[in-house]
Amino acid sequence: MEIPYTVEVRPDTGLTNGKIGIWLFLASEVMLFGALFASYILIRTGAPTWPRGHTILNVPLATVNTIVLISSSVTMVMAWASLMRHRFGTYRIYMGATILLGGVFLVIKYFEYSHKFETGLFPSTSNFLAIYFTLTGLHMLHVMGGMAVNAYFWGPGAKLYKTNPEWFINRVEHSGLFWHFVDLVWIFLFPTLYLL
Amino acid sequence: MTTDHAVDIDKQVRIYITVFVSLMALTIITVAIARLDLPIHLAVTVALFVAIVKGSLVACYFMHLIAEKKLIYAVLALTAFFFVALLALPVITHHDGFWIHGLH
Amino acid sequence: MSEQGVVAAHKAHVAHEAHHEELGFWRKYVFSVDHKVIGIQYAVTGLLFLFFGFSLMMLMRWQLAYPGAALPLLGKLLGEARMPGGTMVPEFYNELGAMHGTIMVFLGVVPLAVGGFGNFVVPLQIGAPDMAFPRLNMLSYWSFFLGGVTMLVSFLVPGGAAQSGWTSYAPLSVIAGTGQTFWLIGMIFLITSSLLGAINFITTIIQLRAKGLTFMRFPFFVWAQFVTAFLLLLAFPPLEAAGVMQLMDRVAGTSFFLPTGLVVSGQVAHIAGGGNPLLWQHLFWFLAHPEVYVLILPAMGIVSEIIANNTRKPLWGYRSMVYSLVFLGFMSFIVWAHHMFMTGMGTAMATFFQTTTMIISIPSVVILTALIISLWGGSIRYNTPMLFAVAFLPMFGIGGLTGLPLGLNVADIPLHDTYYVIAHFHYVVAPGTIFALFAGVYFWFPKATGRMMNETLGKIHFVGSLVCMNVVFMPMFIVGLHGVSRRLFDGGASYDFAQPVLHLNVVSSWGAWIMALFQIPFIFNFFWSIWNGKKVDQNPWEATTLEWAAPSPPPHGNFVVVPQAYRGPYEYSVPGAPKDFTAQYEA
Repeated sequence: MEIPYTVEVRPDTGLTNGKIGIWLFLASEVMLFGALFASYILIRTGAPTWPRGHTILNVPLATVNTIVLISSSVTMVMAWASLMRHRFGTYRIYMGATILLGGVFLVIKYFEYSHKFETGLFPSTSNFLAIYFTLTGLHMLHVMGGMAVNAYFWGPGAKLYKTNPEWFINRVEHSGLFWHFVDLVWIFLFPTLYLL
Repeated sequence: MTTDHAVDIDKQVRIYITVFVSLMALTIITVAIARLDLPIHLAVTVALFVAIVKGSLVACYFMHLIAEKKLIYAVLALTAFFFVALLALPVITHHDGFWIHGLH
Repeated sequence: MSEQGVVAAHKAHVAHEAHHEELGFWRKYVFSVDHKVIGIQYAVTGLLFLFFGFSLMMLMRWQLAYPGAALPLLGKLLGEARMPGGTMVPEFYNELGAMHGTIMVFLGVVPLAVGGFGNFVVPLQIGAPDMAFPRLNMLSYWSFFLGGVTMLVSFLVPGGAAQSGWTSYAPLSVIAGTGQTFWLIGMIFLITSSLLGAINFITTIIQLRAKGLTFMRFPFFVWAQFVTAFLLLLAFPPLEAAGVMQLMDRVAGTSFFLPTGLVVSGQVAHIAGGGNPLLWQHLFWFLAHPEVYVLILPAMGIVSEIIANNTRKPLWGYRSMVYSLVFLGFMSFIVWAHHMFMTGMGTAMATFFQTTTMIISIPSVVILTALIISLWGGSIRYNTPMLFAVAFLPMFGIGGLTGLPLGLNVADIPLHDTYYVIAHFHYVVAPGTIFALFAGVYFWFPKATGRMMNETLGKIHFVGSLVCMNVVFMPMFIVGLHGVSRRLFDGGASYDFAQPVLHLNVVSSWGAWIMALFQIPFIFNFFWSIWNGKKVDQNPWEATTLEWAAPSPPPHGNFVVVPQAYRGPYEYSVPGAPKDFTAQYEA
């Protein structure tokens, strides 16, 4: 039994099931991070004093991370574009780069966090640090999740390209949408926490 | 059909590169502005504006939102409305309450 | 796609189909991806949790009727920690209260209404072979199951289960015992389950509806599940975020919800402070208000189907009902702080929230009125599902109307956190939603099993439940108007002003215990009928909607011939038609 519109679009909506599914998921993620941003706003505006980001956090390192993540977004979309051009080898390279750049992001985050802990700065130390660790921590979990999915499509999942290339391309596109969203969240996180 | 795709993709790729360069530039700009240590209200406005521009570029071009179907736009518009309500109403309620107690 | 690609895809498809025939027991009945199996899993699990949650309440009602008295027999079994000498300690009362609410809402009603009925009926009613994402569907169920297990296990940890109310207000919930951590983890599983389910429902309804089934030809039940899915999708994530923050407060020592200068049991708390307990309330109620519409909308959907079918008439005002439903769903996101009127809110925001709350009552009334008018001039058949469906109307009416003073800032002042509130919301959920769910069980049982449930037992279940529901909850309005607070361990016994109404606690308790007895015919009927109920064919109710085109029970893939919709969903008693119903799927 096959589920219709998994690969081909439904004529009146112009969409596949997966495309709708991933955007609905992203909508829920907007509300998830939205709640954390709402909490940040409430806590900060209610606080008698609030440190400027650069006094506590490592702006240069985070700037590098911003560049890393934006670059990984480009390699991600190039991976999909390569598939659309039927260049599987090139796809592999770009997808691999995306995963690698994600890894670099995580490594930099590891250094950031461990430096904080070494200098006695923990989530419990202040509300600034609490919201910093929670926001970036949740974001980091999403980076890991995205990397896992991307790794699957780079590795074992890539077999699908041989048997059903259109379905595979769709799934890579959807995974790409998630990855871009993770980048999008960071684009707002970075100035909010580090620059303000 | 396949050839149409290939032509579209070449144009798309050029757009991706342009967006990438813009994002890099905007990142440098937003960090540079932060070093000016502007008063907080101005700093927030500028930073938010730049972030919105960057975010829009990612959403419109990397996520292909600029050419998406109406259904997706409808879902996102609904989400945007509730997102704004979630961000605005608690803090407005909080400050309304404080005002009446004269604690602010 | 290239020619080789087409051939390869076809080969894969054939291989996949062949593999289908070899599904073992586990893949067929336990880890199934078939929406009908998953729907039944949700329904049975949900019903079990409903009865468990009800049992917790029956224990509480002993303490409320006879505060400090030893509970015979059962008291000893519950251990010295919770019931020393058979008398209840306050902490246990709080445990029961918090878990009763949590279990009924998140493990009972929603899984049954959305996971159970939604999953089983929606694909059939839209003429689809299954949900859009069958494996995601299975994942949703098992995520819910894990959440349920976590909640149950929490009773066994030191200090017992969560005991800070189903609302888990900070700072109490932050300083509470381990059980609260389990509650938070359980909620994360449950929220994940709902989010995945919501994605599935919305995609399925939009994409997999049959040819000719336009949105305005949907059965109202499908519309209800559609809007409900949006509520789940967009309202749950903030509670998930809040849950993570409360976990951080409890486990990582943060102060998201802990204010500066917090003192616990005479000791100054060693925390950073600067947090806001009201932040928890905002995030919690941002979900929990839409959540109450998640509780009621599927019920309205079920009642609509059954009323149309048993009046042999189309629903009156279908279009108005649909517009009201969508408007209701939208408004439900901007009323939440009517649960927070007593938190020091200023007049501007109180006005805002009471205005939106008053506005949201309008679509509710439109839907209820349309359903009542739908009865007018009908050839009414009084079978068990119809009895429950019709009883829903006045019960929901009482619940809804009594909500109005709560939604007005000033009128809420004497009523907030009293038994009046408990009566209000129980009327909507208990003789409201749960009656609709009972109706749905009796109605769709023949579709799921190919057999009817026994009518006599059904009517006994109905009469007993209807009377007892009112015996339990009507007195609570009086108790609440007298000023007795909710969540009081002794039901108000230690307050002078409560003395004149304390006897009503006894009345409510006996109502609850007798109501339990009246569930026995239902439980027996449910299981007995699976094997011994009257066998029926595909459309025993002579109904019009697409699910009745499938065999009873439907096979994997649902339809022998893929149905098409030729007309609206409620073409009953069409003038000139050969029968008193013209099915939606008949050419």
